[in-house]
Amino acid sequence: MAYAAGVDVGSTQTKAVIIDEDRRIVGRALIDTGANVIQAAESSYVDALRQGNIDEEEVGYVVGTGYGRFRVTFGNSQVTEISCHGRGAVHLFPQTRTVVDMGGQDTKAISVNAQGEITDFCMNDKCAAGTGRFLGAAAAALDIPIDNLGPISLKSTKAIKISTTCTVFAESEVLAWIGKGKKIEDILWGVHSSIASRSVALMRRVGLNDKITFTGGVSRNEGMVKALEERLGTSLNISNDCHYMGALGAALFAMDNVLTSRAPVGAKTEVAP
Amino acid sequence: MTNTMGIDVGSTYTKAVILASDGTVMGRAMGPTGFQLQKVARTIYDLALEDADLGEDDISYVISTGAGRHQVDFKDLQVTDLTACARGAVFLFPGTRTVLDVGGQTMKASRVDESAKVLSFRLNDKCAAGTGAFLEKTARYMGYETAEIGALMTTSRGSVPISGVCAVFAESEVINHLSLGTAPANIMQGAIESLTNRSVQLMKRVRAEPEYTLIGGILRFETMGRLVGELLESEVNIPDTDMVQHVQALGCAILGHRRLEKIRTEADASAPVR
Repeated sequence: MAYAAGVDVGSTQTKAVIIDEDRRIVGRALIDTGANVIQAAESSYVDALRQGNIDEEEVGYVVGTGYGRFRVTFGNSQVTEISCHGRGAVHLFPQTRTVVDMGGQDTKAISVNAQGEITDFCMNDKCAAGTGRFLGAAAAALDIPIDNLGPISLKSTKAIKISTTCTVFAESEVLAWIGKGKKIEDILWGVHSSIASRSVALMRRVGLNDKITFTGGVSRNEGMVKALEERLGTSLNISNDCHYMGALGAALFAMDNVLTSRAPVGAKTEVAP
Repeated sequence: MTNTMGIDVGSTYTKAVILASDGTVMGRAMGPTGFQLQKVARTIYDLALEDADLGEDDISYVISTGAGRHQVDFKDLQVTDLTACARGAVFLFPGTRTVLDVGGQTMKASRVDESAKVLSFRLNDKCAAGTGAFLEKTARYMGYETAEIGALMTTSRGSVPISGVCAVFAESEVINHLSLGTAPANIMQGAIESLTNRSVQLMKRVRAEPEYTLIGGILRFETMGRLVGELLESEVNIPDTDMVQHVQALGCAILGHRRLEKIRTEADASAPVR
């Protein structure tokens, strides 16, 4: 059995996924990217190998993706995270036509065809407004672990409208609302709604339909899922592997290479010039 | 002699100035705004009185300005930042035609005439990239406090480019530079250069013309004033370090005296003629 790996070095977290020839996930790992990007890529890969109980020699091809994809020193090639999320999403949910990827520093809306190929995409490239970082700012301001934000926001009974655009200013606005005696759950629901509204605007720009898959780290946040679903009026495709979608897509591209490079018996070996 | 007070409840700091009718600054005070605006306004008001060695009865008129101006419950009148800023800048430098104000969470450029009337203005109020928050964040990513920024910049021996498009994205840039071994001082220098570029762009959008007067908390850093001057290829007016953050409060206090004068004239005019 041959294996292939994808390593997605994101701005906040690094994900690694290993798949087998049947394109099933056999190992996965998730670590914080931190300051040493090369180290993060290596550690996540080693963790994923260990988790799948696979030797490095058994992995035929490694694809790096994410903003730090060129720092995956052991990668055989690189693919952009946009292609990877599209590919991964269509693999897990074949009917997917729109992907919304919400990560630590960016949000992307991607439209894909039935083969998982990208037909259009749109992202916030100039500004961190409406990205996962907006949640990070709220978590820091309220001193609440980021994983608890979604569940707390779901208790809201009276939403508060967050009016600031900039993530930096949002931190002050959250504290100002606290100062005015507003409930934390209502403020947090406002934060989630604000991000959802910016993301839906992004999705409209690539064309909306009702076959939407939500990927990236923020897809684990139930509050964000609900905020997006309310605004879109449809339910989203979600799975636990949505957080690993970029790495999964990269691993799928890597597996393509493993399978095509396996020369059929009697075939001439192609030599690179 | 009558005194007026101007109080500027800014996004980051609250400032107050007490001005006598002969134009002498009698006292001033400043402190972090925080989130209880009414309370902080009162505290800074009391501190300014203490600094001037005056009592509440000695103040004839109070005008508030800044993002929190509505929360000042003891004000007689409130004016917008732009009005206050123009009035203060023209008082300090009568030749002022363009004012740049770089504060904690705002950046604004305005063109004014000789009577301190605002002719046109541009704000950067939706984004932290053109404000003091950008420098503050950059410093914090490197483990420095806001108060250490000035000292840090004096040790820089060059600069690295910081895109300055987003204060949040700057974190990745800062981390990349640090991991390549760049000195924090040079990164800070890069950040202030990027802030300067943004501010000069904003000034160009109001069709800036000399004299240029630069005010706001960020102008405490001598580097910023020098860089703006270099980009504009012109001399720039910068109030003394202890006044540079108080210009809007000063502007309010000046308007307070004008207001008193008007009230007096109206009263005289309506007095019965014998």
